[in-house]
Amino acid sequence: MAVTLWIIVTLTFVLMITIPGSPLNEERGTNEVVQANLEAHYNLDEPYYIQYLLYLKSIVTLDFGPSIKQPTETVNDLLSRGFPVSFELGMVTILVAVISGILLGILAALRHNGIIDYLAMSIAVLGISIPNFVLATIFIQSFAVYLGILPAATWASPRHMILPVVALATGPMAIIARLTRSTMIEVLTQDYIKMARAKGLSPWKIVVKHALKNSLMPVVTIMGTLLAGILTGTFVIEKIYAIPGMGKYFIESINQRDYPVIMGTTVFYSAFLIFTLFLVDIAYGILDPRIKMHKKGGE
Amino acid sequence: MKLADESKTYSPADVPDDWFKWKEKDNEAAEAVSRPSLSYWQDAWKRLRKNKIAMAGLIFLILLGIMAVIGPMLSPFSVREQNLPNQFQPPNGTHWFGTDSLGRDVFTRTWYGARISLFVGLMAALIDFFVGVIYGGISGYKGGRTDNIMMRIIEILYGLPYLLVVILLLVVLGPSLTTIILALTITGWVGMARIVRGQVLQIKNYEFVLASKSFGTKTKRIIRKNLLPNTMGPIIVQMTLTVPTAIFAEAFLSFLGLGIQTPFASWGVMANDSLGAILSGKWWTLFFPAFFISFTMFAFNVLGDGLQDALDPKLRK
Repeated sequence: MAVTLWIIVTLTFVLMITIPGSPLNEERGTNEVVQANLEAHYNLDEPYYIQYLLYLKSIVTLDFGPSIKQPTETVNDLLSRGFPVSFELGMVTILVAVISGILLGILAALRHNGIIDYLAMSIAVLGISIPNFVLATIFIQSFAVYLGILPAATWASPRHMILPVVALATGPMAIIARLTRSTMIEVLTQDYIKMARAKGLSPWKIVVKHALKNSLMPVVTIMGTLLAGILTGTFVIEKIYAIPGMGKYFIESINQRDYPVIMGTTVFYSAFLIFTLFLVDIAYGILDPRIKMHKKGGE
Repeated sequence: MKLADESKTYSPADVPDDWFKWKEKDNEAAEAVSRPSLSYWQDAWKRLRKNKIAMAGLIFLILLGIMAVIGPMLSPFSVREQNLPNQFQPPNGTHWFGTDSLGRDVFTRTWYGARISLFVGLMAALIDFFVGVIYGGISGYKGGRTDNIMMRIIEILYGLPYLLVVILLLVVLGPSLTTIILALTITGWVGMARIVRGQVLQIKNYEFVLASKSFGTKTKRIIRKNLLPNTMGPIIVQMTLTVPTAIFAEAFLSFLGLGIQTPFASWGVMANDSLGAILSGKWWTLFFPAFFISFTMFAFNVLGDGLQDALDPKLRK
């Protein structure tokens, strides 16, 4: 975990100093003394290794310094303003995707090769195939412009959340539904399910109490990948729906070569992602008692 | 010949020999082949052909490939040519898919975008294939410490959020087609390497590899001739599933303004350009690129699923 983070941090730094152009290069030439002073202010005149150490220090102390392009704001300001919005969008999306995906998968598995199965899987394949930005624009076009029943953009009330969340959740939902279906079909053929059925349990109870836990393992396994996808998906969705989240600052900072902001957001994103991957691993260990995080004793 | 009395229980000693008779062994019948022998690939092809959706996907992709080559030549308009008085023409006789905000012909740009998308997808899959197969093959075959170190490297790469790396690379190297492909493959081969390693690890313990080794075959030849052909199934499936991911990533990056730059056309660029126009009802500017991105990804996905079923040796009848 720490190694991965360190690699990202270093990689970001190396890439950053190799980018041609500096944040202080304005179209109008600045006075040389002013330029030198500015560079000194942001430590851009130090040798690279000093910059690197300063940069590591800023990460360890979680203080990314001021933004170069908007000097009145620090990177931490931007993060603390943008992150809650992006986090809310991401969390609601994950909840929607997981719940609807699992439900769809179970329904399809229970009616294996029936109409519901084909319907659910058609939705799933479509969900995987249509990119989220296309879906988002189609939603705006139909629900906001044509029907006029939902707001087209921004982030103010739960009603504003519907379109972006559905657009972002469809892809992960489709993947979860397909996985749940295939493992559920397999689990349902096993002996202990037959036993439960013989006891006279209702199909719903069998699924919820007995089959679900075992068929969720693959879903947990790919949660990490899905999280990363949703995270990057928020860039696009935030752009289309004009949501004031972190994605906006990230893309802007890249286009403006605003080093502190690029580094801050990249490191923050990566750390967040790596941390959630770690949580997924732990959840995996709790759900499946056969997996132990570390070898215990000599069994 | 006296028949056995079913109500009685016989002990083996009581059973007279003439109750049994020798059946002539028919060598020819035993050797006869009851159905035409099919190679692995013929068999897989036969099964794939029965999967209607996968075949529809395959046919769509073939047609798309043909149109990507000849499409731009079919129309008198060029990709970049702007014609402002002609902007936002709905689909008609001259402009089959209409024109966009700068009066450019959407038909030409759509097929040009198909070229870009297919090229990015196929190149990404090919590079992933070469790097992943070599890396995974060595790692799985050598085993032990080499494998351990190589897998640690993969684990670290796997933890990198790949689109962040891609975006950073694009910023440094500047947006171009080569950069996109490079950026996509720099972390993309990891999945392929994992699959190949897993397969090789399993197959290298089979007897036919041992036999080959005992003849003194060189490692390189064993990997190439014995191991790889037997891992081709999962590799091909992985490649078909890499293509839509790469196509999506290209469209995604172009959409964010980090990929192919206007005036050149890619489906992502076209979708991005049409964002403003769609609100005022110019549906065709978004419809055609969006339709083709979605359908191409759909086709590759169903083809991949079909291949997965067709190439699975366990399902062979």
